[in-house]
Amino acid sequence: MELRRDYFADVRKDGLHEIGQPRPRLDSPGHVTGKTAYFADRNFPGMLHLKMVRSPHHHARIRSIDTSEAEKHPGVVRVLTAKDVPHNVYTILILIQIGPEDETVLADGKVRWKGEAVVAVLAETERAAQEAAAKVKVDYEVLPAVFDMEEALKPGAPLVNEYHGQNYYLYDSGECRKVRFGDVEAGFAKADHILEQSYQSSPIEHAPTETTGCVVAPEGNDRFTCYTNTQAMFFTLDNTSIILQMPGNKLHFVGGTVGGGFGGKVDVIVEPIAILGAKLTGRPVSFIYSREEEMQISSPRAAEKVVIKDGVMKDGRIVARKVTGYTDAGAYSRHSPYGAQKGAGHYPGPYTVPNVWIDTYCVYTNRTPSSAMRGFGVTIGDFALEVQMDKLARLIGMDPLEFRFINAYRDGDMKAHRQPTEGAALIECMQEASRAANWPVAEKYMAMSSYRKGA
Amino acid sequence: MTLALQTFSSVKDANAALLAAGARYIGGGTLVVRAANEGDISVSSLVRVTDPGLSRIAVSGGKVRLGASVTMAAIARQPELATLAPAARAVGGPAIRNMATVGGNLFAPAPYGDFAVALLALDATVVTGDSEMPIETFLAGRDTSRAVVTAVGFSLPRAESFRFLKVSRVKPKGVSVLSIAALLQRAADGTVTAARIALGCMADRPIRARSAEKALLGCKLTPQEIAPALAAASQGIAPITDPIASAWYRAEVLPVHLGRLLSN
Amino acid sequence: MAKVPVQFTLNGSEKAEFIESGTTLLHALRDKIGDTSPKGGCHQGTCGACSVIIDGELRLSCLTLAETCSGADIKTTAGLAEGGVLHPLQRAFLDAFATQCGFCTPGMIMAAKVLLDRTPNPSREDVVEALSGNICRCTGYEPIVQAVLTAARANSQNAA
Repeated sequence: MELRRDYFADVRKDGLHEIGQPRPRLDSPGHVTGKTAYFADRNFPGMLHLKMVRSPHHHARIRSIDTSEAEKHPGVVRVLTAKDVPHNVYTILILIQIGPEDETVLADGKVRWKGEAVVAVLAETERAAQEAAAKVKVDYEVLPAVFDMEEALKPGAPLVNEYHGQNYYLYDSGECRKVRFGDVEAGFAKADHILEQSYQSSPIEHAPTETTGCVVAPEGNDRFTCYTNTQAMFFTLDNTSIILQMPGNKLHFVGGTVGGGFGGKVDVIVEPIAILGAKLTGRPVSFIYSREEEMQISSPRAAEKVVIKDGVMKDGRIVARKVTGYTDAGAYSRHSPYGAQKGAGHYPGPYTVPNVWIDTYCVYTNRTPSSAMRGFGVTIGDFALEVQMDKLARLIGMDPLEFRFINAYRDGDMKAHRQPTEGAALIECMQEASRAANWPVAEKYMAMSSYRKGA
Repeated sequence: MTLALQTFSSVKDANAALLAAGARYIGGGTLVVRAANEGDISVSSLVRVTDPGLSRIAVSGGKVRLGASVTMAAIARQPELATLAPAARAVGGPAIRNMATVGGNLFAPAPYGDFAVALLALDATVVTGDSEMPIETFLAGRDTSRAVVTAVGFSLPRAESFRFLKVSRVKPKGVSVLSIAALLQRAADGTVTAARIALGCMADRPIRARSAEKALLGCKLTPQEIAPALAAASQGIAPITDPIASAWYRAEVLPVHLGRLLSN
Repeated sequence: MAKVPVQFTLNGSEKAEFIESGTTLLHALRDKIGDTSPKGGCHQGTCGACSVIIDGELRLSCLTLAETCSGADIKTTAGLAEGGVLHPLQRAFLDAFATQCGFCTPGMIMAAKVLLDRTPNPSREDVVEALSGNICRCTGYEPIVQAVLTAARANSQNAA
């Protein structure tokens, strides 16, 4: 790797001492000797194992739950249902005033996705917990389910989540997050070509090597230490405080060492119920997802649908871009209202377009709740945008890289959401990419600059 | 109930113990310990046999006898079994191959059981206690089979007559999209005089491609002449659907891969 | 619960424990003996994070019953450094940035050690094959492959 100091040389103080220099990672010696302590490396005498009874249905009403046989099973110490959870209905982003609370820690009256937690069994051994979990009887009345975002938005679709009242997140801007810039219809009217395409993605599982989990130890003074692999330590602590109605000073979270996260460990899922189990039994509790749970239960990257309509001139200028984005939150919000909103801010991509119209919807379906993953809210959008850019270039017979130079945002350009562009370096990246990939572009593009227009 | 291991020095005693409810035989552990780890509470006791005879490889006069406890790694490193090494190496990674056994592979549900696909093409004999039966019969009834498999026997194929292919999406190791084993006898001019083709992932267990076998007879292995066999390959298949591939995809690519195997 | 005795050598020292019958070696090592260097990633034999060396062979401790290991010689990554000096593989993993989250690292090092013990000068293909049962979700594998090749070169230079 080479650090190119010639770019922006006159606007940058070139006192870079770290970039380009290999530095030992502080955590590596622990990794190579096997000494790094992950949460599951803590073991406490008398530790109980928590296994979750989960919904086998995508959408169902719970008529009754019978835990009597499970409670009698040898080795079982406690069985938890919704009524044991002090504040059972929560939503993660309530901490930043994004409600409503829409998700249950343990299902209460209804399940909204296949795999939803219904009953927690705490037992002396994993085996006893598994056997007892099999003895929990839940009587379900199966309801119609909806799995497709556009179906979910149609009138008459099954209502996924009563806490919302409709199958989309209601922003302060209405049924979707909106960006309006210029006059997109006027832009289409003067365009030489119009291209409308839709792009879709499936949910993507992070599949970390270490599954989601935590180990909780009562400290004996009504305080609980929770060893966890959460990627969102304080979000988890504060949400646990709300769910368990316990002041934060009773919760001692130890973490930061995560065996692979990639955004998949930012939800508040295992900690509250494990701490509740420790509180109600007075025993240490381990709640660790099996590999199957990690793949099926932990939140994936949301499925998305992105519809892009562009107006483009023969000379390569994009004059209008209209994007409609749909983010499949699954049955519950978690971080998806934020993800969909982030998408709205991200379009129309790193390009300067004078007329822009963006609508992004956060949609509820009876699928596994989705959440963050690397490039949360923008990765699928970028895929869609860049494929669209290639298609546009082909449509007007232009080199796809030169087409991007023409439309690249530069310092001083006003972005669609009305932030002036600063510190852009797309031009320079593409110039370097052109050289590195041996994909030559016309000299005028190689002479362009992000912060000096024209050249 | 807890999981308990019972160890026996003889197959006979193990067979008696296996009559108990919840008892399962453990070879390398790659199937049954996995099931227990994953919460299969129907497994309550594991039965193993320490008889060293079960780990013996015997090759003489063109006949091979593999004890049921012989591992994939042991087959892969046995020079006399070089023809079968690709099939043995197709199973798992190095650690799995040190554990997974011939006997276990006969029971591995699709998408696992690639070595059993090879054994089916070789028309192996499966030995359980005092009785022996053709592998095809054994595989058909394996769900209710209670007696410990002690060995498999087969005639060692000549290198040029045996072909094996495992297709996976991850290189160099991955779960099967499908696997194919073919035993072909050919005349001096290259014409196929006998063919036995076994398929993995085309049902819940290895199956034969009988129509394709028939269609190959009298053919030379040219693209034109094998075309009818490729067209017939899908007859009677019921491919599995799993996270690796759908039944539709597996059925679509089967003729492509069979074509590659036959024309190489 | 029926307890059974197991006795084996772990990283050169004798261990004797009473464990519940049917306990996996992974569970026995981590929760009974306190060697947490083998990790439980899948408990299915798929990820390789629990890899250990038993009598010179790479094995998955999550699928191995502890009581079948009586009398065995077991090695784990926790016992690899001698007298505080890192093994060449550990050194190479550090230098090549072959770790990120670190969860797969002890298993990777075990798989690599078995390879180098038998094949001191492996090809790149040998390394890729030897690591093919170990999943890493962070690095993209290339730094790990480079680390193993570097360790092999360091070994052969020391031997020369």
